[in-house]
Amino acid sequence: MIEKVVEDTAVELLRIAATELPVEYVEEMDRLMGETEGSVGRSQMVNILENVRIARGESRPMCQDTGIVAFMAKVGDGFPLRSRLKELLVEATKRATEEVPLRPNAVDMFKGNTGNNVGLNGYVPIIYIDMVPGDELELVAMPKGGGSSNVAAHRMLKPGLGFKGVKQFVVEAVAQAGSLGCPPYFVGVGVGGGEDACMKIAKNALLRPFKVRSSDPRVAEMEEELLVKLNELGIGAMGLGEGPSVLDVHIEMAARHPASLPVGVVISCWALRHAKATITAAGEVEIDTSA
Amino acid sequence: MEYHLKTPVPDEEIRKLVAGDLIYVTGTVITARDEAHLKALELHEKGESPPVGFKGNGVFHCGPIMKKDDEGEWRVVAAGPTTSARMEIFQDEFIEVYRPAVIIGKGGMGERTSKACQEYGCVYGAFTGGAALLAAQGIKKVRDVFWLEELGMPECLWVYDVEDFGPMIVTIDTHGGNLTADVGAKIADIRDRLIEEMEG
Repeated sequence: MIEKVVEDTAVELLRIAATELPVEYVEEMDRLMGETEGSVGRSQMVNILENVRIARGESRPMCQDTGIVAFMAKVGDGFPLRSRLKELLVEATKRATEEVPLRPNAVDMFKGNTGNNVGLNGYVPIIYIDMVPGDELELVAMPKGGGSSNVAAHRMLKPGLGFKGVKQFVVEAVAQAGSLGCPPYFVGVGVGGGEDACMKIAKNALLRPFKVRSSDPRVAEMEEELLVKLNELGIGAMGLGEGPSVLDVHIEMAARHPASLPVGVVISCWALRHAKATITAAGEVEIDTSA
Repeated sequence: MEYHLKTPVPDEEIRKLVAGDLIYVTGTVITARDEAHLKALELHEKGESPPVGFKGNGVFHCGPIMKKDDEGEWRVVAAGPTTSARMEIFQDEFIEVYRPAVIIGKGGMGERTSKACQEYGCVYGAFTGGAALLAAQGIKKVRDVFWLEELGMPECLWVYDVEDFGPMIVTIDTHGGNLTADVGAKIADIRDRLIEEMEG
């Protein structure tokens, strides 16, 4: 019974993520549209907001690129599922592909599109599982489009460059993204942790609630500074030079090797799609769609 | 200026457009992404032709979500533009060989495409990225689909009948104008200044 609840909930989270943009993002873009000078930039914001409205109203995916599917699961010690969880999330991905529908986006480079968003050696959908205290399962679905994933950036900086080097790299990466990944952007930055971990941390940083700053005031200050500077770049809505360039910046820190300063920059298009549910051991589901 | 174009769009109408104009297209728009461009150009090299003509029509950088309805007819669920920059490596050749009137996509394209647009009479229309349902509203009928089995739903050729499909902003015209490239140059200057002035 709990298995069915988890699978159904995972399908529902993918549907919500693909069709309902968190209200906080919509309200901010609406506000920024009002501030946009120039008819070209303004028209892009109008189109985005109208498109988001139709998506929610008709429960249809807001963008045809429904992304590579990722799930982040926090499994409580007392939650009655373990290894079976992964199979259920894979099954949910196949079902959502039919039921939402999602675009089939998993390409096997030898055989072609797998047709169901699942593919090759268990890597797709991407599943991150964390073990936590408690009896509940917290499940986040995060489908992420190819356009903005293609402009992610990674560099192993010389530690001597310090935070100045980190901030310079973020400016460089977002400028490089330019018009390519459907701005206005959300920017997640992961600092430290190693060459793999910094990217994962950066992707996770995108999921921190909207406009909530780091609990470390020094990091929070860098986030504010970068938010201002990245908007000075003048990328604008859709890279046409007018309107907002970046909606929010989140930086997450990990310890680093003495010889390394890994930095990951993961960028999301304006359609930062995600939805979260908490499932109790008894199978009660609570869904949270806030940003 | 705002223009409502009908396919096949005559050369003189295309050459009237300037970067910054707003356009809507009525007629035939065909989706083609990386794989479809490659395959179409491979066919040309072999002296063969693709199953649908691009001349004077819209070529849409788009991998849509499609679904068959209860009668077995294809319906568009969502069909926004994909990042056009990926097609920069062969778009010029494609324009030269197949002579489309409008390339539709998002994010803009580069120098090679711009040159081909000038030479062969083609413009680039930027559709708002991610606005897949707005785009779907302009698609009235799915006339045909080719290469679906081989290339899959996002990469195959979908042939659409469209009505006032848009709005699109002309960012590459036939006179050498390239709006996204102009913005890109400004971004690069500001980037250099921001990096230079950054404090630790």
